[in-house]
Amino acid sequence: MAKKVFERPKYLKKSVFHYCPGCGHSIIHRLVAELLDELDIGKKAICVPPAGCAVLAYNYLDVDMGEAPHGRGAAVATGLKRTLPDKIVFTYQGDGDIAAIGTAETIHAANRGENITVIFVNNGVYGMTGGQMAPTTLEGQNSTTTPGGRDPARDGSPLDLSQMLAIAKGSVYIERTAVNSPKNIRRTKRAIKKAFKVQMAGLGFSLVEVLSPCPTNWKMTPVDAAKWVEEHVTKIFPLKVIKDKAGKVT
Amino acid sequence: MTKKRKKGRIVIDRELCKGCYLCVSVCPDQLIGVSDSLNQKGYYPAEFKGNNTGEEERGCTGCATCAITCPDVAIEVYRE
Repeated sequence: MAKKVFERPKYLKKSVFHYCPGCGHSIIHRLVAELLDELDIGKKAICVPPAGCAVLAYNYLDVDMGEAPHGRGAAVATGLKRTLPDKIVFTYQGDGDIAAIGTAETIHAANRGENITVIFVNNGVYGMTGGQMAPTTLEGQNSTTTPGGRDPARDGSPLDLSQMLAIAKGSVYIERTAVNSPKNIRRTKRAIKKAFKVQMAGLGFSLVEVLSPCPTNWKMTPVDAAKWVEEHVTKIFPLKVIKDKAGKVT
Repeated sequence: MTKKRKKGRIVIDRELCKGCYLCVSVCPDQLIGVSDSLNQKGYYPAEFKGNNTGEEERGCTGCATCAITCPDVAIEVYRE
């Protein structure tokens, strides 16, 4: 008798994702849903979704949600965690949300060492509004507001927010991973698991930056977009543990 | 005699598939192809080509690499 070894996770609702074919968001949603079940925290988790493509995360993840204004995920999560300290509070934010509009909130939440988890999905563009340049857009990368490629003299260089947050004293665990290959997807799952465990142990601010393909706005096929992450994005944003003050958490 | 590999199979939900073909690109044994009929959303969904290739080495092992990669959770994996 064949045994089922992979199925839809319990905390993922039975609705069809609105994301484009090959989008990394849906993979990360699934990883989060699997972990909520594995760590048995689904009943006490509160997610703070962003403004952006993932704004409809409440249609997919079967946990409590508190929608934040654009970029203010870390601030809303701070309030939720301080008033409900026994809940597991995590924000799910895109790069336009966390690295442009919500930079101040995020940096200060990390600096205060708020005991929250941030999942930072970096796809290098503003996806929902149609592919405008984000702070994390690579030099030379085309977007609708940088036709001909991002020029560092005119538009600045890509912002490495995770590295910035690693300098803040309050941050405990920061790792950058990707979801462009099965190997990296497994690694992302381990990273998010550790970030949740850091919060469960009450150690402080944890963040996982996930490099995600955006085939529609990069104007590539999903398979090419996954390759592009490997060949270009990881050169500027290398995959590594940026900061780990937690050590081994159980 | 070659070592016997694990037997597995996958079930792809045609209506959930959006035709990104990431599963096709990651299957270690190239056992996933593209269907030649459209689903209701208008995509040509990925299709499991099955184990009936007659060659022991080429069968699905139920490694779940395709399912891990599938953004739309359209794949279920069974292993014996």
